[in-house]
Amino acid sequence: MANLLDIRRRIRSVRNTRQITKAMQMVSAAKLRRAQERALAARPYAQMLTNVLKSLVSRADVYDPETGEVLHPLLVRREEKTTLLIVVSGEKGLAGAFNSNILKAAAKYIDVKKDKNIDVLAVGRKARDYFRRRYPLALEPGEPRKGAIQVVGEYVGLMNRAQFASAREIAERVTHLYTEGKVDSVYIVYNEFKSVIAQRLVVDDVLPIRAIGEQAHEMTEEATEEQLKQRLEAAKHAGVGIRGADTAEIDKKAAGFATAEVDYIYEQPPERLFRDLLPRYISVQLFRAMLESEAAEHAARMTAMDSATSNASDMIDSLTLAMNRARQAKITKEIIEIVSGAAAAQ
Amino acid sequence: MAETIQLEIVTPERLVVNDTAEYIEIPGKTGYLGVLPGHAPLITELAVGEISYTNAGKTKRLAVAWGFAEVLQNKVTILAETAEKAEEIDTARAEAAKKKAEAELQKAGVDGNEDAQAALDRAKARLDVAGKTGK
Repeated sequence: MANLLDIRRRIRSVRNTRQITKAMQMVSAAKLRRAQERALAARPYAQMLTNVLKSLVSRADVYDPETGEVLHPLLVRREEKTTLLIVVSGEKGLAGAFNSNILKAAAKYIDVKKDKNIDVLAVGRKARDYFRRRYPLALEPGEPRKGAIQVVGEYVGLMNRAQFASAREIAERVTHLYTEGKVDSVYIVYNEFKSVIAQRLVVDDVLPIRAIGEQAHEMTEEATEEQLKQRLEAAKHAGVGIRGADTAEIDKKAAGFATAEVDYIYEQPPERLFRDLLPRYISVQLFRAMLESEAAEHAARMTAMDSATSNASDMIDSLTLAMNRARQAKITKEIIEIVSGAAAAQ
Repeated sequence: MAETIQLEIVTPERLVVNDTAEYIEIPGKTGYLGVLPGHAPLITELAVGEISYTNAGKTKRLAVAWGFAEVLQNKVTILAETAEKAEEIDTARAEAAKKKAEAELQKAGVDGNEDAQAALDRAKARLDVAGKTGK
């Protein structure tokens, strides 16, 4: 039978741990709410930009009428010899399987494309650490290839609070690589986040742009039943709404942008506008991926901390039981000793 | 009350302005343009500069960098990559950015430096907007 004092000490220690995990859970819940709001605030812009592009496609001649050639370098399709993979992970751990799931998905994708050259662009500390350990670095532009798989870019520290400026910076880098012909296609791996229950791992097409406004998923990985249950539970405990906010109205309003049934006067030729707009479209896409990934990270951490908290509670319960048993046993033993001592004295 | 137009300014991060105005001035890429209610539908790209709009005798200003605008009869929607209200502008930071850009331009000499030039334009626009409101 364990020592009474030892059990008490353990209970105290587990209780302290529970306090920490509980606090982390609450912090993540608050951060999740904020991240969700920011993702929501970013919607109108993305939607409007997409609209303008769509309406420009129909007005501007994207294809050369004679040769049928595509007029924008970001629309050109080439044979896929080198692929750029953008991996968006978190900055910190303690978020359950969040980071390892993303890295696993990335590894799986790399495996699928292993007959081609793959350049990796790591966004987030966890992704950087993972790829650094495995593949050679070729961070300087214009460096010769270091291997079939190499890391060409690392962006660390952005994911604490994703800014549009950083999304643009990455987008510029990516479009540069593409227009120079260094890479023939671009994909992004991230955790899509619509709401606490609607999220999954996706590999999306970025370049070449196939259809504006439509997300082509190359690969998706839905959450398991078990994960869903845990998330719901965690959201309930932290008081976070499980459904995403109602975006119908914002979307409707944004959808009206630049699509009115009128003949617009174009201050610049539509082709010019189109050319200037297309790169922004990539930034917006990246920004959305970053915001969603950020929200997903907080949600994952909240879920992980919720189960840690409830595990700690279970442990305290069973330790308390053990402690009570030990105390009972001690008392019983003492009584027996007294009784038998008294009996012996008679 | 005079006729007004609905004005919305949106950036990737948030909705900055949702207001009505009697007169709006937009920094188009090919020059500033003024918009009154009932303007013909128009789409234009924006340059780095200042948006100002007047409502009930008060003029409000914003510094913008790249974007574009849709003008409809009674509504103007502006998509801007950055848009800062005059009162939100950090003049000290803008001043520092201006100095840095100028220094870089000096270094680049006759070859020029597009990035630095763009940064300089942005800093100047922000200082302009902030300065006018201060008076």
